[in-house]
Amino acid sequence: MALVSNLLKYSLSVSTKIVRNSKFRNVHTTGSLFNQKLVKVTFIRANGDKIETKGKIGDSLLDVVVNNNLDIDGFGACEGTLTCSTCHLILDPDVYKSLPEGPCEEENDMLDLAYEVSETSRLGCQIILSEKLDGLEVKLPSTINDAREN
Amino acid sequence: MKKNILNIVKKSFSTNTSIKSKVCVVGAGPAGFYAAQVLSRKLPEAQIDIYERLPVPFGLVRFGVAPDHPEVKNVVHTFTKTAEQQNVRFLGNVDVGKDIDLKDLKEAYHSVLLAYGADESKYLNIPGEKLKNVLSARNLVGWYNGTPWDKDLPVDLSNPNVAIFGQGNVAIDIARILLTPIDILKKTDITEVALNHLASSKVKTVYLVGRRGPLQAAFTIKELREMTKLENCKSVWNENDFVGVEEIIPELQRPRKRLTELMLKSMRENKAGEKAFIPKFFRSPLEFQGAEAVEKVKLGVNKMEGSDFRTQRASLTDEVEYLDCGMAVTSIGYKSVSIDAAIPFDDKKGTVEQKNFKVSDGLYACGWLATGPTGVILTTMNNAFNAAGLMIEEVNDLLTIPKPGFESIGTKLKENNVQVVEWKDWLKIDQYEEENGKSLGKPREKIVDVQKMLEIAH
Repeated sequence: MALVSNLLKYSLSVSTKIVRNSKFRNVHTTGSLFNQKLVKVTFIRANGDKIETKGKIGDSLLDVVVNNNLDIDGFGACEGTLTCSTCHLILDPDVYKSLPEGPCEEENDMLDLAYEVSETSRLGCQIILSEKLDGLEVKLPSTINDAREN
Repeated sequence: MKKNILNIVKKSFSTNTSIKSKVCVVGAGPAGFYAAQVLSRKLPEAQIDIYERLPVPFGLVRFGVAPDHPEVKNVVHTFTKTAEQQNVRFLGNVDVGKDIDLKDLKEAYHSVLLAYGADESKYLNIPGEKLKNVLSARNLVGWYNGTPWDKDLPVDLSNPNVAIFGQGNVAIDIARILLTPIDILKKTDITEVALNHLASSKVKTVYLVGRRGPLQAAFTIKELREMTKLENCKSVWNENDFVGVEEIIPELQRPRKRLTELMLKSMRENKAGEKAFIPKFFRSPLEFQGAEAVEKVKLGVNKMEGSDFRTQRASLTDEVEYLDCGMAVTSIGYKSVSIDAAIPFDDKKGTVEQKNFKVSDGLYACGWLATGPTGVILTTMNNAFNAAGLMIEEVNDLLTIPKPGFESIGTKLKENNVQVVEWKDWLKIDQYEEENGKSLGKPREKIVDVQKMLEIAH
C-alpha cells in the first residue's frame, strides 16, 4: 500500500513538473507502449568498470538507470527535475556535439555544482535515447575519490 | 582506492560470520539516510538502526529545504526505500544525549555513525541582536517549515523593509519566500501559520547584506536565477559594487564565472516590479537599533584586503551608514552542538573532531556535524557515502563479541517511558499530513507539535 501511494505521489509530482516546465525534457516514462525498441547503453565507472545495459528509445539516461535498477549510488536524487547534479555524466565529444539540443540554462546551473564538470558534461536526465545513440558509452565521474581527497 | 577494495575483499573472507554486525546511525537527515543506504546494501547481513530525535524523518529535507522547492524533496523517495529495507529500522522520537547516551549506543552496537547535523544558529554578537524582530535564519526557516520548537516564533511582517545578513542560499531562500506572491506559496507545504502571516505581509524590499563583494557571494546560480525571474519583483544592484568585476570574468572558474555573468545581466536588464530584492555588498552590521523592535541597522563599510579575490578579506573602514528595516534576519551559518560529553567536540568550529570521518574506534561522523554547514545535498551525499565506505571497511575488525543492538536500547527506552516511533508509525503521520494538506490545496500540512505527532503515531 505504501508502495502504491508512493508511486502515485511520484507520478503526480512528475506530471505537475512537466506542466510547469514544459521546456525541460524531464519526462519520466516507465515504459511507453509505442516505443519498445531498445538501444544499447554502456555506463563506464571512474575505475573503468563497464555496466552494459539497454534502454528504450524516448527514455532518458536517468530512466535507463532507474528502470534497470543499476547499481549507481545516489544517481538521480531529484528524479529528473533539474534541481540536483547527481546524474552527471561525461560524454564523448562527438556524441556531445551530435545531440539535437545542448544544455539549457537550468541544466548548466546544476552542472556548475557537479564534481569534475567537463566541456562535455551533461545531466543524464536530459539525454533522451534515440536510434542514433545505439551503442552509447558514457562516463560516470569519480565523485567518491574526489570527495575523500578534499 | 585499489588498496581499499583489496582490503574489503580480504576482510570479507576472514569475517567472523557467526556474529551479526549491529550498526546505528544517529540522525535521520540526508547524511544519515545516504549513509544507511550504502550500509544497507553493502552489509546485507547487518542490522542498521537509524535513531532520530523527532518522531518524523528526513531532517533538513523536511525542515530546511524551502517549501517552494518540492523537487529537491524528491530525495525522500530514495530515503523511504532505504528505510523499508529489511535490514534497516527507523527509531524516531529517541533523543540521543537525553533518552539514551552515547555510551549506551557504543555498548549496544559495533559501529556508531553520528549524523545529527548542525542546528544551532551562529550569532553576530553585536549590540541590539536581542531586539524584537531580529531573527536567526534557522528559527525563521523553522517557523515556515514547521520545526516544532519554532512554531511560536514572533514574526512581524508589517514593515516594508527587511534586511538579511549573509548571502548564502539560506539567506536567498528567505528573501524569496518573503517576496513570492502568496498564490504561489499557497500551493506549497509551508505551514498555515506562516502562510497566514505572509498573506498580510507588507514586505516590499528585501536587502541581502554581505561583508564581501560580488566575487565572493555564497549563493549558487540556481537560487539567484530564481530571484531574477521572480514575478513582480526586480533585482537591484549597485553598479559601484561591480567596478573591475567584468575584467576578471575571463579568469574565473566555470561556476563563479556564470554566477558573476548572471549578476551583471540582472543589473543591466531593468526589470519592473513592485517589490525589490537588493543585494548589498561590502557592508558589515555593527548594531541593531530601535526602541523595542529593530528600526534600523548601523552598517560599517568594508574595503577588501588582498589582491586575489579568492582570498580577499573584508576589513572595516571608518565609514558607516544606516539601513532602515522593520525586520532583520541573521543568516551567517549554523553550527553543531555536542549532544553528549563523550563526543570529542570542537566548540569553536561547531563540529565533531574527526579525521576522515573517524572519531575513534567504532565511532564515526559525517554530514554537517563533521564538515560544518556547507554545500548542497550532493556534497552531503558524497560525504555520507565515504563515511559509510570506511565503516564497511572497518566493521569486521569490530566484530569481536556479539552485541544486542536495539534489544538493550529498547529495554532502556521502555523503562524511561519513551514512545519509539517506527517507520510504520511515521507512515501514519505522513498520511495524516497529506490528507490535511489535500483539504487546503497543499501537498501536505505539517504537524508542528511533537505531542500531536506522537498521538497520531500511537
